[in-house]
Amino acid sequence: MIGFILRKIGLVIPAFIGVTLLTFALIHMIPGDPVELLAGERGIDPTRHAELKALLGLDKPLWEQYALYLYHAIQGDLGLSIVTKKPVIEEFLTLFPATIELALCAMSFAVIIGLPAGIWAAVKRGTAVDHSVMAVSLTGYSMPIFWWGLLLIILCSVTLGITPVSGRLSAEYWIEPTTGFMLIDSLLSDEQGAFADALHHLVLPSVVLGTIPLAVIARMTRSSMLEVLREDYVRTARAKGLSPLRVIGVHALRNALIPVITVIGLQLGTMLAGAILTETIFSWPGIGRWLIQSIGRRDYPSVQGGILLVATVIITVNLLVDVLYGIINPRIRHTR
Amino acid sequence: MAGLLAIIVIVLAAVLADVVAPYAPDEQIRTALLVPPFWAGGTGSYIFGTDDIGRDIFSRIVHGARLSLFVGLLVVTISLAAGIFLGLLAGFFRGWVDVAIMRAMDIMLAIPSLLLAIAIVAILGPSLTNAILAIAIVILPHYVRLTRAAVITEAGKDYVMASRVAGASKMRLMFDTILPNCWAPLIVQATLGFSTAILDAAALGFLGLGAQPPTPEWGSMLADALQFVQRAWWVVTFPGLAILVTVLAFNLMGDGLRDALDPKMKR
Repeated sequence: MIGFILRKIGLVIPAFIGVTLLTFALIHMIPGDPVELLAGERGIDPTRHAELKALLGLDKPLWEQYALYLYHAIQGDLGLSIVTKKPVIEEFLTLFPATIELALCAMSFAVIIGLPAGIWAAVKRGTAVDHSVMAVSLTGYSMPIFWWGLLLIILCSVTLGITPVSGRLSAEYWIEPTTGFMLIDSLLSDEQGAFADALHHLVLPSVVLGTIPLAVIARMTRSSMLEVLREDYVRTARAKGLSPLRVIGVHALRNALIPVITVIGLQLGTMLAGAILTETIFSWPGIGRWLIQSIGRRDYPSVQGGILLVATVIITVNLLVDVLYGIINPRIRHTR
Repeated sequence: MAGLLAIIVIVLAAVLADVVAPYAPDEQIRTALLVPPFWAGGTGSYIFGTDDIGRDIFSRIVHGARLSLFVGLLVVTISLAAGIFLGLLAGFFRGWVDVAIMRAMDIMLAIPSLLLAIAIVAILGPSLTNAILAIAIVILPHYVRLTRAAVITEAGKDYVMASRVAGASKMRLMFDTILPNCWAPLIVQATLGFSTAILDAAALGFLGLGAQPPTPEWGSMLADALQFVQRAWWVVTFPGLAILVTVLAFNLMGDGLRDALDPKMKR
């Protein structure tokens, strides 16, 4: 088991190095001089220019700059944001809970709808139910989610007026962030109705972000269930006279879930990237929107640090999924 | 089948854009700002209505089809060509070439495609060309992996050995003997690549990192429409619908092709 985990970690290290190379290249491939970029429009005199260049380590050879960058990055030092002058890692950490909260709610939505839909389609294979579940999930899979979000805003917020258009909380509430998760913070605070308000704000973004994972989970559950339903032990369970519900829910589902769990984990990583679009539409104050704003403001240290951090989180999540997969399915540990 | 039909319609619309579209995509009709579609109180001359500066939405969507298909074609061609080349190298020579190429591809696969594309565009600067390049790089690993797997399966077969014994050169073996037998999965993946390319290009356009206004690109049209969500639903609805239908059509066709070319995959 430990060998298996170490082998998986060994596979992750090159990926991490690749990401640092990419973000390192980011700063060096931007057209123009980073020092002048920092100085802004007022310009800078030559001595100060040389000083700053030395301070930023830009006068050293490239490999040394990279080594330094890596050294600082591992310690969590990703430089200062040009716009706010605060450490990039600090900005990231204050915004990250908002994104996690959104991603978890979206994933719950996707699993709660997608899993039963997939099972239902597999059990009713070849019927109208199966075909419609598959048609809907293919549509969801092809959905440009930024447009889907706008449509839902038009329908639910503008026409029906049942959900708020943007943000995490209405302006009349003020919640001091303690955990950073609005649902928990609003419960802990003594503001009346803040929790319900936060929940209202979460609904549309979660549905939008959860749509593609929902489609993927439904498809995966269906095909995995179909495979399992053909197995001998399912036939045995049926022949024993167990109720259909028990055969499907206990005997078949437990085995069909293994690949589905992997897909759920991998979708969680993709979701962090999908959050970029969702957060932009709903003005959700998370890392996705921050990343896009930083690109717009040419705040390169934030862009560089943000991409590195998001990619690191995703690689870590995928690693955990891989390890978890090895735990629930011991066969995988012994292949290769 | 439905997918193929839809694609034919979209391709025809794109090719004949100048004939089909009643107006030029950037023609501003000053007397007709934010006119609703004809069934919602508008006139028959602007069937999908007009946007805030009086451009006919239908015409822009038809011209956008041309752009989107062009983006898809370019992306798939670039990454298919590069992917086949790298995959052939990795699968044919094995050894350190294989390890180096596949490790690099694994790294690229570890980063979600949209994030990687955004990173590349952030380096190169926002424009349609750079978006195309970024998406081509992002979907490259899929083609490399598929080609490599197919090449490894084929390379062990007798006909390849026969050709080798007959004295065929390495280049001839790679491109003439092995490659033609690896096409089936690549064709399926290329079709699906079209839909990814169109979707990602639209997403980048929407974020302001792809095609720049006033280009009639579906994603950037949506970004422009953002401020009219509350007042003019038609400005928002139709460009997105165009993306959905096109992407869905390519996905349907990809599924259909997979069933046809690779019956083993069919359940």
